[in-house]
Amino acid sequence: MNNDAIVVEGLTKVFNKNLVAVDHVNFSVKEGEIFGFLGPNGAGKTTTINMLITVLKPTEGKATVCGFDILKQSSEVRNCIGVVPQEYTADEDLTGLENIILCADLYGIPEEISKKRAQELLELVELNKFENKQVATYSGGMRRRLELACGLINRPHLFFLDEPTLGLDVQTRTATWNYIKLLKKEYGMTIFMTTHYLEEADALCDRVAIIDHGKIIKMGAPNALKEELGGDIMALSIEDSNIDISSTIAAVPRVKEVKKQDGTYRIKLEDGEETAPSIIEAIRSDGHKVTRLSLTKPTLDEVYLEYTGKTMREEEESSEAMFRQRVTMRRARGGAH
Amino acid sequence: MAQNKNSRNPLHGLWALTNRELKKWYKNPYLLFLSIIQPLIWMGLFGRTMNIGALIPNIPGFDAGAIMQQTFGTSDYFSYMSVGIVSFVTLFTTMFSGMSIVWDRRLGFLNKVLSTPVARGSILMSKVFNAVIRSIIQVSIVLGFAFVLGLKVGPDFTPLSLLGVFAAVFLIGIGLSSIFIAIAIRSTRIETQMAVMNLLNLPLLFASNALFPTALMPDWLQPVTKINPITYATDATRQLILYTIDMQQLMFDFLFLGVFAAVFTTVGILLSWRYLTR
Repeated sequence: MNNDAIVVEGLTKVFNKNLVAVDHVNFSVKEGEIFGFLGPNGAGKTTTINMLITVLKPTEGKATVCGFDILKQSSEVRNCIGVVPQEYTADEDLTGLENIILCADLYGIPEEISKKRAQELLELVELNKFENKQVATYSGGMRRRLELACGLINRPHLFFLDEPTLGLDVQTRTATWNYIKLLKKEYGMTIFMTTHYLEEADALCDRVAIIDHGKIIKMGAPNALKEELGGDIMALSIEDSNIDISSTIAAVPRVKEVKKQDGTYRIKLEDGEETAPSIIEAIRSDGHKVTRLSLTKPTLDEVYLEYTGKTMREEEESSEAMFRQRVTMRRARGGAH
Repeated sequence: MAQNKNSRNPLHGLWALTNRELKKWYKNPYLLFLSIIQPLIWMGLFGRTMNIGALIPNIPGFDAGAIMQQTFGTSDYFSYMSVGIVSFVTLFTTMFSGMSIVWDRRLGFLNKVLSTPVARGSILMSKVFNAVIRSIIQVSIVLGFAFVLGLKVGPDFTPLSLLGVFAAVFLIGIGLSSIFIAIAIRSTRIETQMAVMNLLNLPLLFASNALFPTALMPDWLQPVTKINPITYATDATRQLILYTIDMQQLMFDFLFLGVFAAVFTTVGILLSWRYLTR
């Protein structure tokens, strides 16, 4: 028996008999890792999550979550997972504390335990000062933190996060990332998340799967994916632009390719930070002087571009999904409305 | 990490969800006020303004009171009407339970609840109980006003009769809201739900004895009034408050309402097992 937290085989969802939202995907998520689904809106990320959290029935294929079959043992699955949906699902008319207790009640957690846990969680997400305020008065970041706390009330083994920072500003986003990192570090939690922010996948995920049109196009650790593109890119000029020192540079270990264009050398290399000093050293011992130098790391943007043949884009979606996203964005921007 | 040590009282989640809905209502005095003012306006408009008793000409030898008594079972249309309002209030309150499940779906709350181990039936029943509890509270307030405004109670009326009225409201309430939820269970569009509500509310109300005796309605409408549960709820309420109780008829009213409630609650729960998860 496979001990991975999630094992997915040929999972497929077809809506209305012809719209293939998820198309025979296969992947597994290891215990303790943060696994990310990266793709544009409408790529099938949320549909996949909804199948794994037993809210949608797959048309085909199978999956186990925490070792339980999502179809045959759905209530066991529900007990071992925590879910933070893309939308802000906390009830605006209730206070933060009331919302957390409501979540606890849905898991049937007895009151003496739920009260204690609610306090711990409110402290963890730094909302204890606002616990008796109506959620309608919360800012986007506060709401997102409340959702995190609600999702953690049953001490889940596996945590699902659907677009955890959708619509948040850069500062709040970074703060949310820190909470997610904390969960992994402090609790050793396994996390499955979706995002259409490349930098988010880069910052948080141990492994990502790039998904588009319901299919997984590429899977691996963000750094490995970037390195597969051919490593980092260094641009360099020397004082005497008439001499060609390409061969000197190419001789340095881990340099993969050297091109000279208009007096500038464009070098593809692995492990840029470590290799760059050796290149400078080689040029200097050849008797030349480096005048300009820049080192760029490929981002997931380039990986994405490489495998999907396009930059991240917004796709047309169902009116229902659009509506939910609008509400989420509006609430994220915050406060009373 | 600790798992599966949670107690599993199925009523736990049901009450939590019901209470969530109720809180939205009683924490918002404005909403509470509006939901009570509407039936009062109807009672005032129809019951007081449309004084049907005054339409009967005051000719000597022509006993208006007797004619009213024969047609409406009470000499005073206001009393007839204000008791009919009980079903009206229940119908309009339960109708919104379907709406609220569409909202929960649209806002993502439903998906969140579905990802927890709470029983699927509890999700539906929380909406039903919310509507029923609200109806009972609103009915009490409306009847209170009716007494103040001059409702003339029948000879068999005792404060205990009110318990019977609540029982009737309870039964028709769970039946009606189960129907409205069943209609909404897969819907994602508020507009569709609004159209359904508009299509059903007034016909259900007028094709019953809530505002006017069914005996005076055209033949083709008679069968509709006979299967309309509102007719039975209203008759039971009138028997308990206004009329001399006809035990056999009252029993039949409650039997009909009981079967109605049982059938549609069962249908609703079966549908929620099947269709809440799409």
